[in-house]
Amino acid sequence: MQISGAQMVIEALIAEGVDTVFGYPGGAIMNVYDEIYKQDKFQHILNRHEQAAVHAAEGYAKASGKVGVAMITSGPGFTNAVTGLADAYMDSIPLVVISGQVPMSLIGTDAFQEIDAVGISRSCTKHNYLVTDAADLPRILKEAFYIASSGRPGPVHVDIPKDVTAQIAEFNYDIDLNLETYKPHVKGNPRQIKKAMEAIAKAKRPLFYLGGGIINANAAYDVRDFVHKTGIPAVETFMARGTLAHDDDLLIGMLGMHGSYAANMAMSETDLIIALGARFDDRVTGKLSEFAKNAEVIHVDIDPASISKLVNADFPIVGDVKNVVLEMLEQVDKIDAERYESWRETINNFDELHPLTYHEDSERLKPQWVIERVGELLGDDANISTDVGQHQMWTAQFYPFSRPRQFISSGGLGTMGFGFPAALGVRAASPDKISINFTGDGSILMNCQELMTAVEKKLPVINIILNNNFLGMVRQWQTLFYDKRHSETDLSVQPDFVKLSEAFGGIGYRVRTKEEFDAALKDAVEKGVVAFIEVLVERFENVMPMVPAGGSLFNMMLLEKKESK
Amino acid sequence: MSENARRVISVIVVNEASVLSRVTDLFSGRGYNITSLTVAPIPDSKYSRLTIVTSGSVRVMEQITKQLHKLIPVLRVYEHEDMVEKEMAMVKFPITENLSDINAISEAYNGKIVNVGDNIVIAMVADEPKRVDNYLNAIKRYNPKEIVRSGAVALER
Repeated sequence: MQISGAQMVIEALIAEGVDTVFGYPGGAIMNVYDEIYKQDKFQHILNRHEQAAVHAAEGYAKASGKVGVAMITSGPGFTNAVTGLADAYMDSIPLVVISGQVPMSLIGTDAFQEIDAVGISRSCTKHNYLVTDAADLPRILKEAFYIASSGRPGPVHVDIPKDVTAQIAEFNYDIDLNLETYKPHVKGNPRQIKKAMEAIAKAKRPLFYLGGGIINANAAYDVRDFVHKTGIPAVETFMARGTLAHDDDLLIGMLGMHGSYAANMAMSETDLIIALGARFDDRVTGKLSEFAKNAEVIHVDIDPASISKLVNADFPIVGDVKNVVLEMLEQVDKIDAERYESWRETINNFDELHPLTYHEDSERLKPQWVIERVGELLGDDANISTDVGQHQMWTAQFYPFSRPRQFISSGGLGTMGFGFPAALGVRAASPDKISINFTGDGSILMNCQELMTAVEKKLPVINIILNNNFLGMVRQWQTLFYDKRHSETDLSVQPDFVKLSEAFGGIGYRVRTKEEFDAALKDAVEKGVVAFIEVLVERFENVMPMVPAGGSLFNMMLLEKKESK
Repeated sequence: MSENARRVISVIVVNEASVLSRVTDLFSGRGYNITSLTVAPIPDSKYSRLTIVTSGSVRVMEQITKQLHKLIPVLRVYEHEDMVEKEMAMVKFPITENLSDINAISEAYNGKIVNVGDNIVIAMVADEPKRVDNYLNAIKRYNPKEIVRSGAVALER
């Protein structure tokens, strides 16, 4: 059929099964918004900032496992969205972001709201397109969805000049994509898999190192099966939280800069790392030359560029982690779970020596208590998002995650302002779960305008603001490494968060005690309206334990020992 | 190979807009310089061949090669070790110089005088990049006015 470029966008989104689009209109994308107005196949959520629209699409994608879609205009609309693209790129989140562009005839003339969008997005997307002819649109959009969701997922940006959205051309979405130059390697090499299984059977102190790729590949339940059948203990990265349930006996905990002592010691003592969908990030390894010195490495990853990038892999396996784990499960009888009994005991001793905990020794509430308490009260019923900073690390440490896709946070890029809009996307994708966003008094102000989106679209995200009147994580580093010179991190001058929420039509609570917190959370859940729960927490609490930047994993700063918890 | 040794990489890419920037971004983003770069379409196909001469550590080059593979329009990447490598150069001389010398030297490097104007002559040579260096040294005494090098092209043996 002969339709306009703008109509093609709508038809393609419908054909891809998109049910929610996040976005913000503007001059160059108006033709497409005109077609959005005329259709009723998907909902459009009007965020109040383009960055938030992309974060919301990320939250939607992470919670649902589908491709998230965001739509924005040219110029400032696009540049506002760049942080979201970069965030999705770092965390391998499948997105298709469609931006308007000035008409072809004006490109390169410094036209109103013109910016070289594909030039900017090139380095922070998996792929991008500038559409110069509406006849190419069906193929480009189909490729965009395919590339975003296959292989190592990531954001794809499609920039469409305004005249192309008005151009009439033939639309046929029934295209056989033949991308000769893009063929993701999904099946692991059987010989390598066999060798890896033999190495596992021979190892004395093997350790699973579970990464976010497992969740992207929908492989968490197969990995659980594999871990249980082998009896090999496991550490999780920040991005992998929820792969194993929090109460799994074989889960040691999170490793890395703010990982548990036991997890980091296990990594330092292991003789065989079984890395599944993890990428040996600097926040995980600490000082590379001291990292897991005595270990051989099995590295399973869909991205060949991640293998042997930082740590040499003795058994590299390029493939989809789900496929590879299923293959490994077929050979699991080679492995005797009894064999690792004393290794598991060693790790338990590490944990008893320095368990992950905190002290309740202040007048004000401890932030860790708040997170644990939400876990006790809501547990599996909540999806958990976070912003970036101390509260984020405490959430990863103390929330009892029980399933994959329960925890949504900005890991790679560390984007303050991510949490609230992402939680809106999470809620849109899974309305049957309570959507909690743990945030800080710094982060929440970076996208607080999303209160309006939440009120308008009835997305009752509960934002728990752990307020220490500090830009806490930077303050912690200043305390520890800059001789307590708290440069520009004191956030004592603040808005009234209760009134702020109320001004938009949300609800707000200011909480000082445990009783007040329980009551506020209960009330917010019952009311089902977007909420700010501001919790006044201990100002100088540090995230512990900690591997100082550039330090070795086994050389952690630890929580001081005290009797009380 | 030693750290920061000279390296030659060939990349086969789909011949489309923006593909060159995708490739060169991987170098510039790491602060790596490209010594020379040639691009031309491969006959009877939708592909082009890039030849990149650069230098860098083994580890970073391996990363760049893998990242090149990851680019959607990249079909193949060769990090050459055993190759035939050629480069062309053209040099402009005043017509008053000793033309038979210039021609004779150029012939030693697979070239000759290819153009004669009112005031200048142009000689071209095509040889291994190292030998082109030698040629350019040898002709210094004939007052070359302008020199252009094409950048290297390479084929694996």
